[in-house]
Amino acid sequence: MKDGRHLTMGIETSCDETAIAILADGRDILSNVISSQIDIHKNFGGVVPEIASRHHLENINGVLDEALDKANVTIGDIDLIGVTCGPGLVGALLIGIATAKAISFAKKIPLVGVNHMHGHISANYIEHKDLEPPFLGLIVSGGHTNIVMVKDYGSCEVLGSTRDDAIGEAYDKVARVIGLGYPGGPKIDELAKKGNPDAIKFKRVYLDKDSLDFSFSGTKTGVLNHVNSEKQKGNDINTADVAASFQEAVLEVTVEKAISAAKNLKQDTLVVSGGVAANSRLSEMLSERCKEEGIKLYKPRPILCTDNGAMVGCAAYYKMKKGEISDLCLDAYPGLEI
Amino acid sequence: MEVINISNEKETRKYGIKLAKMLKPGDVVALIGDLGTGKTTLTKYVAEGLGIKENVNSPTFTIVKEYRSGRMPLFHFDVYRIENEEEFFDIGADEYFYGNGVCIVEWADKVISSLPENRITIEIEHGKNEDERIYKCTY
Repeated sequence: MKDGRHLTMGIETSCDETAIAILADGRDILSNVISSQIDIHKNFGGVVPEIASRHHLENINGVLDEALDKANVTIGDIDLIGVTCGPGLVGALLIGIATAKAISFAKKIPLVGVNHMHGHISANYIEHKDLEPPFLGLIVSGGHTNIVMVKDYGSCEVLGSTRDDAIGEAYDKVARVIGLGYPGGPKIDELAKKGNPDAIKFKRVYLDKDSLDFSFSGTKTGVLNHVNSEKQKGNDINTADVAASFQEAVLEVTVEKAISAAKNLKQDTLVVSGGVAANSRLSEMLSERCKEEGIKLYKPRPILCTDNGAMVGCAAYYKMKKGEISDLCLDAYPGLEI
Repeated sequence: MEVINISNEKETRKYGIKLAKMLKPGDVVALIGDLGTGKTTLTKYVAEGLGIKENVNSPTFTIVKEYRSGRMPLFHFDVYRIENEEEFFDIGADEYFYGNGVCIVEWADKVISSLPENRITIEIEHGKNEDERIYKCTY
């Protein structure tokens, strides 16, 4: 507690980011520190994290100190600790969980394990103070692509998932094929603005009629085949056209499936989250279609789209409100379902 | 080395299910092949052959996905984002080998010297047509 406000610490280490945030009353950000966003070399001599959990270990104490400093609070002020317990890479998850347990035990602060995907959805509660469940959710990221019915805080039903590649992953792989490098999502988004989205007709994969599942692997292979066949013919590849046409193909399917889910379930609110929610063309297409269909569209600002501790803290806050507290036996669940 | 010509996804399924029948706990399958050659697709069908109920999708972002609903656990690796063998070691990958499940490793060429020598290696190449693949298998 500080100034009469409940303080939650959110810890996220499920994938590449080491991230810790402090929230007041579950929805207001006091600090939101993400390792890739800060100059770690300068601050505490670590390395920018790529993948290995060892990097989380090197980063986490520095990220923790910075999160407390920026929020202008001390560890003794914290009332609740939320930590991602899955899905993710087991070694990476364990670093966050061990840190959370250590603080919880030492300072006698309640601990709540959070599903990373519920975290992504919760990013919107921070951004939009008026937003409350139920609503339809679209989660688009490097590792996940889902349409979900969010019934209550921390409770949802999965209506559709990717059967092969996640959307952000397809972006990254296509970016590599056309020589753009990592991270592919923002680079394709940028380059696509200079290209013609109708230049190449890449396959739109809708799967069975009425299915809300996704499949992006075929479109990715389509781009690969196009690039290879152009190279064989000795033609120059217009990378901007490829980027724009690929993006149009995958986003068209994503947007139409989300809209059709909203119409079928008679939902007037669509809430988008995950790293790809920051994509400018996706926002444009969703805004346009939601306007036509009379659907209210919510999405978080870019820094809350990417993996972060604030979303985890917010999800933990609402779990605590429902009495769902974890104990020190909390474990990592790499394959945790939404 | 056995060379198998695959003309479509149906044949990938047939081969995947056949391969699954041969697998036993502790086996490691190394898949080597470029983007879009169907490494994840083949893994899906091996999983089906192992009796795994969950949908098997790409593990590129999490690097490992675990499936435990079949007749033995399947650890599905994708080391596409891993830069070097040291990083592979850092995520604790070797702890999955020699265990009670089967490991299938996509992009295995990136970490080949970290994999057990006693493994199944499948190199996947494109065939003449877009749907065709050539599997070069060493058991």
